[in-house]
Amino acid sequence: MAGPVLEMRSIVKTFPGVKALSDVTLTVRQGEVHAICGENGAGKSTLMKVLSGVHPHGTYEGDILFEGEACEFKDIRASEARGIVIIHQELALVPYLSLAENIFLGNEHAKGGLINWNETLRHASELLRRVGLSDHPETRVADIGVGKQQLVEIAKALSKKVKLLILDEPTAALNDEDSGKLLDLILELKKQGITAIIISHKLNEIRKVADSVTILRDGQTIETLDVKAAETTEDRIISGMVGRDLDHRFPERTAYEEELDAAPALEIRNWTVHHPIDQQRKVVDDVSISVKRGEIVGIAGLMGAGRTELAMSVFGRSYGRHAGGTVLKDGKEIRTKTVAEAVKHGIAYVTEDRKHYGLNLIDTINRNISLTALNKVTKRGVVDEHEERQVAERFRKSMNIKAPTVFEPVGKLSGGNQQKVVLSKWIFAGPEVLILDEPTRGIDVGAKYEIYTVIDQLAAEGKAVVFISSELPELLGMCDRIYTMAAGRLTGEVLRAEASQEVLMRQMTKDKEVTR
Amino acid sequence: MSTDVTAKSPAPAPPGKSGGAAAGGGLLQLMLDGLRRNMRQYGMLIALGLIVALFAVWTDGVLLEPRNVSNLVLQNSYVLILAIGMMMVIIAGHIDLSVGSLTAFVGAFAAVLTVQHDVPWPVAVALCLVVGAIAGAIQGFFIAYLGIPSFIVTLAGMLVFRGFTEILLEGQTLGPFPDSLQKIGNGFLPETGPETNYHNITLLLGLVLIVFVVLQEVRDRKRQQEFSLDVLPRNIFLLKLVSIVSAALVVTLLLASYKGAPIILLILGVLIVGYGYVMRNAVFGRHIYAIGGNLPAAKLSGVKDKKVTFLVFLNMGALAALAGLAIAARLNAASPKAGLNYELEAIASAFIGGASMSGGVGTVLGAIIGGLVLGVLNNGMNLLSVGSDWQQVIKGLALLAAVGFDVWNKRKVGS
Repeated sequence: MAGPVLEMRSIVKTFPGVKALSDVTLTVRQGEVHAICGENGAGKSTLMKVLSGVHPHGTYEGDILFEGEACEFKDIRASEARGIVIIHQELALVPYLSLAENIFLGNEHAKGGLINWNETLRHASELLRRVGLSDHPETRVADIGVGKQQLVEIAKALSKKVKLLILDEPTAALNDEDSGKLLDLILELKKQGITAIIISHKLNEIRKVADSVTILRDGQTIETLDVKAAETTEDRIISGMVGRDLDHRFPERTAYEEELDAAPALEIRNWTVHHPIDQQRKVVDDVSISVKRGEIVGIAGLMGAGRTELAMSVFGRSYGRHAGGTVLKDGKEIRTKTVAEAVKHGIAYVTEDRKHYGLNLIDTINRNISLTALNKVTKRGVVDEHEERQVAERFRKSMNIKAPTVFEPVGKLSGGNQQKVVLSKWIFAGPEVLILDEPTRGIDVGAKYEIYTVIDQLAAEGKAVVFISSELPELLGMCDRIYTMAAGRLTGEVLRAEASQEVLMRQMTKDKEVTR
Repeated sequence: MSTDVTAKSPAPAPPGKSGGAAAGGGLLQLMLDGLRRNMRQYGMLIALGLIVALFAVWTDGVLLEPRNVSNLVLQNSYVLILAIGMMMVIIAGHIDLSVGSLTAFVGAFAAVLTVQHDVPWPVAVALCLVVGAIAGAIQGFFIAYLGIPSFIVTLAGMLVFRGFTEILLEGQTLGPFPDSLQKIGNGFLPETGPETNYHNITLLLGLVLIVFVVLQEVRDRKRQQEFSLDVLPRNIFLLKLVSIVSAALVVTLLLASYKGAPIILLILGVLIVGYGYVMRNAVFGRHIYAIGGNLPAAKLSGVKDKKVTFLVFLNMGALAALAGLAIAARLNAASPKAGLNYELEAIASAFIGGASMSGGVGTVLGAIIGGLVLGVLNNGMNLLSVGSDWQQVIKGLALLAAVGFDVWNKRKVGS
């Protein structure tokens, strides 16, 4: 085997309040396809951002050696100049420019500021052929599918004389056929001598294309395995990914007094949702789940499993195109076509993306908390500011929101405190069913415990809680029952007693075989 | 430089003094926090004060003579009316370019009704307001329900309403209006009661207003105590009352020593109080801030964003109609060229008064302060006989400076 082309040694990267990477070491050999896997939040994307100069030299600790030389990239251009090209999860193509224009964007075939179109088109067709696309280089990006767009990204990387290609979950948004094509292309490029790093959740894909796999967990390198070796089974990789022992502290669950065998508070039957733009794609496919009063039901799944999409679609059709399915509340069918209807039926959805979908960051704590249930502090269309302030003060104390006053703009609070504001807002709305989407994402351990306690209390008061999370320990620690989803489908349902990280991870990575 | 003080001074407040001093420090902190939060508005209020003082000196006090204060109100009422509506539109995250043309159109419509068809003035006024609201509603429909950007819709409206104005007036200026209608634009409250050196009704109104404000403040304080919330300490509360009362008294006396309060000022006063209240305390107002501040979050909170947007534009249309009536009545004629660039003055007022391009921020009072900054600049420069060429340059620079200061201030706070 060839020697290492890339060595990253003892990389440490801290964000304010969070240590995203604490001692990561990665060695990639010349000409191999190297997979990186780990749970959401394990630090995979951060590591790649360090490598590609998105996080410039000086903002992290540790050394990067590429082709034997120390590298100190100050931005993406610097890493690209060395032949390291990253393709992000979100595609970075300009939809209304042509394929050729996109491929050479920022890197145009030009003389004296004028573009040489003949050379541009010739070179673009050549690159497109190399990635297996026969589309005309003057086609607009908006007019081709996501699968092809991914290939255009690779063509763009090739135009930069790429030596090390980094793909961050390249197949997350692709259907099986496009995924297969993409993986074949990676193998083809490998034959041409291009080294690749691929971040993926899908173990079958890793088995198909990768030579070795490095497993990250909690910002640390756990191990690097040889994929071709016989003992590297999917189970072996899974146990590496989840290997953390369950010493996280969770509050003792308080039992709900009423009997648990009543009709479910919320039942979703055969729910199907299509992608808002690519309407052929089913993002949620025939999913049925239910939750009782006093019960905490988890939904586990990896990125792209369709959990958020399911929740948002049920909650006032806030995502995609609904293509079938019913919602039952206490055994009776209800309409949840608008957010207002869902709220009226006592459903609350606490978003995973509090900054974009949960809070008005420029407004104050009290106004954010009262927004959904403004009518509770309103008389004849007029908001009683004193009562509103008192409500907010109450939540500030009970939820332990750390802020000098309730008139502080929410944008200035830390992630954990922002999350408490979002929770307060929905608890104030007085729901019977709460759908919590990644309620502890991006917040520190202490705040997490506080939020677990709140969730436990909600269940103890007889609320039905749906708990969507990517962190398996927290689901195992908090839930009575856990559903697993993969690629838009329900792949399993386990009771707490029978659940373990290995069981869940196996069901979460259960994907249709990649077509060859 | 003033931001330096507000940003840094809370930090060194030394803890662990005597009990009273510590409480005072906490209060000071609270007040400074409040000041910092409303930096833009206080900043503009101070700027307005400076501009007034400066022009008062330069014009040897003419600026603050009762006759001129009265004039200032009459001259700027229409911009202030438009600025209220525009502020709401901008807070909702939109823009309205059509209001200048719409004021002209409504003025023309009023002239056609009263001058050509002898429609009684109350009917004419009502019809004009309805027409304005309909015009606003049509634009609001395209923006809210069809999702066409407000910039485009109201740009189209700007051309369409200007065109209709010329069609209605056949390119001619139409007037004069009946006396009763003229009163809206440049009339004053009637003179009654015993002979004093002051205008009696204005004095009375001023006093009623002062009593009302004081009672309101006291009641507010009581309610806060009932809810066991922190309140201002007694002496500071009294200081606040005294400053409000004296400011109101000065303006009342100034106006009462000339012809009394202009009718349009009363209308404006009602609008400021009413809309200020709506934006601050009504559910509708809250929802405007919510959709402007973060539309997806507002939607997911169950705010009926489309309805709110629609109503904001409907309201803008009605206010534009009111402004159109006021300006036509004041000029005593409807002209095809009326209301030119009014939309830009209203937009500038809103931005000087603290609105943000991205929406979600601003207050009615801010829009009024912004409008007054422009108004005093106009009036003062007229008194100094500065040509309209340089007036435009200076107003442009004032807008740039106000928003520039805000951007700079925000960056400092953020860093």
